[in-house]
Amino acid sequence: MTLGLIINPVAGIGGRVGLKGSDTEAIQREALRRGAEPQAQLRTAQALEVMLPMKERLELVTAPGAMGEDLARRLGFSPRVVGKLEGETTSAGDTVNAAIEMARLPVALLLFAGGDGTARDIFTAVGTNLSVLGIPAGVKIHSAVFATHPRNAGEIAAATLGGERINLREGEVVDLDEEAYREGKVATRLYGYLSVPYRPHMLQNRKAPSLAADSARLEAIAAAVNEAMEAGWSYVLGPGTTTRAIADRLGFPKTLVGVDVYTCETAVELDVSEGRLLELLKDKPAKIIVTPIGGQGFIFGRGNQQISPKVLHMVGRENILVVSLVEKLNALQGEPLLVDTGDPDVDAMLAGYWNIIVGYRERVVYRAAS
Amino acid sequence: MKRVSPKPMPRRFHQASWDEPVIFELSQPGARGVLIPEVEAGIVQEVGDVAAGLPEGLRRKTPPALPEMAQMHVLRHYARLSQENLGVDLNIDIGQGTCTMKYSPKVNDQLARSPKLADLHPLQDESTVQGILEVMWKLEQFLKEISGMERFSLQPGAGSAAIYTNVAMVRAYHESHGEGAQRDQVITTIFSHPSNAACAKVAGYEIITIYPDADGYPDLGALQAAVSERTAALFITNPEDTGIFNPRIEQFVETVHAAGGLCVYDQANANGILGITRAREAGFDMCHFNLHKTFSTPHGCGGPAAGASGVRSELAPFLPKPTVEFDGQRYFLDFDRPQSIGKIRPWYGVAQNILKAYAWIMALGADGLREAAETAVLNNNYLLKKVLEIRGASAPYAKGKRRIEQVRYSWEQLNQETGVHSEEIGFRAADYGTHYWTSHHPYVVPEPMTLEPTESYSQADLDEYAAILKKIADEAYASPETIHTAPHNSTGHKIHHAPFDHPDEWAVTWRAYLRKTK
Repeated sequence: MTLGLIINPVAGIGGRVGLKGSDTEAIQREALRRGAEPQAQLRTAQALEVMLPMKERLELVTAPGAMGEDLARRLGFSPRVVGKLEGETTSAGDTVNAAIEMARLPVALLLFAGGDGTARDIFTAVGTNLSVLGIPAGVKIHSAVFATHPRNAGEIAAATLGGERINLREGEVVDLDEEAYREGKVATRLYGYLSVPYRPHMLQNRKAPSLAADSARLEAIAAAVNEAMEAGWSYVLGPGTTTRAIADRLGFPKTLVGVDVYTCETAVELDVSEGRLLELLKDKPAKIIVTPIGGQGFIFGRGNQQISPKVLHMVGRENILVVSLVEKLNALQGEPLLVDTGDPDVDAMLAGYWNIIVGYRERVVYRAAS
Repeated sequence: MKRVSPKPMPRRFHQASWDEPVIFELSQPGARGVLIPEVEAGIVQEVGDVAAGLPEGLRRKTPPALPEMAQMHVLRHYARLSQENLGVDLNIDIGQGTCTMKYSPKVNDQLARSPKLADLHPLQDESTVQGILEVMWKLEQFLKEISGMERFSLQPGAGSAAIYTNVAMVRAYHESHGEGAQRDQVITTIFSHPSNAACAKVAGYEIITIYPDADGYPDLGALQAAVSERTAALFITNPEDTGIFNPRIEQFVETVHAAGGLCVYDQANANGILGITRAREAGFDMCHFNLHKTFSTPHGCGGPAAGASGVRSELAPFLPKPTVEFDGQRYFLDFDRPQSIGKIRPWYGVAQNILKAYAWIMALGADGLREAAETAVLNNNYLLKKVLEIRGASAPYAKGKRRIEQVRYSWEQLNQETGVHSEEIGFRAADYGTHYWTSHHPYVVPEPMTLEPTESYSQADLDEYAAILKKIADEAYASPETIHTAPHNSTGHKIHHAPFDHPDEWAVTWRAYLRKTK
């Protein structure tokens, strides 16, 4: 029973002093100058306290000093420490190195305390190869890999390590462009996915809670799409786990954050750019299949900019399929799906009602707005 | 003599908790509830080995693995389990919204248990069962009047069976027009009862679901985008599970009719509109009632339920057979219906429930039915006001408007401020001796609670229920752990939903449990 723990000690430091993030050293210094107090230790302690009763049975593996060791010892754990800090202050590199170490062991679950930036670092290190759960401690927490409260992170970890059956979900790692955010613009990017133990209500999620695991419903969506695929057509699959299920069913690889092109017979090209799309689809019948990503319900213009206004114009609205787990639509709370391609005409074309595939022979008619 | 102090509100409740094993675990080899006498010698002499007459293939190789118990232990087992329940006769049962929990008059149970009904057999000659056939025929006339439809079948044995009956008739209708294969889609709304989508899906239709617009009304634009030459029918509840009446229902019906589809009104719960609106006037082609919701017969878990499917005369040929007919002299069963969809269940309907519903309607009369609906709506809006005074509660959609017979509330604010979830409030409500329900899954309204106070409940009942909710909300703000760790005084169990779909986590029979835990 091995638990990994990585704390990003500077996570959340920018939030209370209004700096909208803590991603660069300059910002961290400015935050400390403004009197910010580190939140990450406190938040992590709330999670670890849940696991105190299992302290004796638990092997805690953590990073040196403020990245976990200090707190673990203070709470009475006897941690095994991996790696060394590169400098006096911690950096993204330290997080990545520690996570790589833990994936190598491997630990049964890696708890990390931080925000979206930290989640990105963890993703860089381990991808979906390790069970990972975030303790919310950062300023920006938009990724679907965090518990709703540090205590819930502790509870899910305790249940996982205690041998309870917990389904894994792939949670989106999204992050704001901090430079743009400080200028008042909101722009998110999908960086990838982490494998997260899932419990309804306990995880910050982009989807409303559901009883069943996603996998069966994703398969149902894929079956519905596959059934309608025709020889001679090209199929452009946007990023996401829902679109990946379609490729899975065909037996083809799929990039999770990229745009990929297929026919019924083959994966034509993975991770294509706008330019390649225009070449590949020229004078050929093609369909584009996308799913809302990134949390705010965008179907075009976030995370799939390769499917540009030119591409969309060429393919036409009638050849666009939107697929989604119904929980994602429910989580929008009545807000419309969004499009923001940068071209007002194309946005207008994409606005209005979509007949969305949500299961095998199940659809939802839902509105999109630009 | 001193007066005793009045009872506290909410009441102090503590449920019996027997920690009772599963009945199979109580089995003692050799224990017997009944000793069956040996076959008498004279009979053996005359008949020989009776069992020898059974074909080999019909004989068990091993005896059935039933629990072996004395009568007293069987009785005690079930009596204990019954004390761990919160039935409709024990609690203020308004927390099971959409189910229309109302008082089922005991006198109607007595009536149904009378040998005049209980001793009848469905294979008896019509001439000997004129009484129950008359009740069936007259109940059909009542339901026709209540809905405006022109024929009914009382054959379906449940609400979903009635919806399935209607789905089957939709298909038969389109097939009779040569459009059976082409019309393969059924449209419904997310706040219609999910049995509509489920039954149509089971029957092979593709389901298209419409979401509400910003005001919480079904989105007409979405419907217009959904209809096509593939539309078989619209299956819709009105008022929906939110308690909101769709004011554009006629436009919905017109839109679907214009595309060649049929319109089917789910009136399983017609409790807020009895004597006020009718399916026919809204333009519907078909509808169904649940006798166990609106018409007071007990719900499925307390005995068999009953559904009633109604149609316009154009669709009457497709009704299940037989129908009950009256020629002015005598009542009879008509099996000669060549276009009928056939049988939905054996025989002619759940006769006991048909009798109970008939008796309930007869007791109330037309004015009484309308008064029941008006009282139910009044009760609901009274409770709505009381609930909205509770910190952390809200009623999403149709802000400031009244609701019909139920409300889907949200505890989202309470959840954000205290971390307490709606489902946990349900566990805590059991500590106060009341039942509480969230909503169908997946949740569309966040942290939902659905309450439906029917006409049966008094103002004091509603005040008590609201006081319990207020007490729980106060606890959530003061000591959320109390709620997180509930129930404390009742036998409910916390359920982890996540592994529900993993076969290692459940067994639906004792035999499967033994096999899986070997």
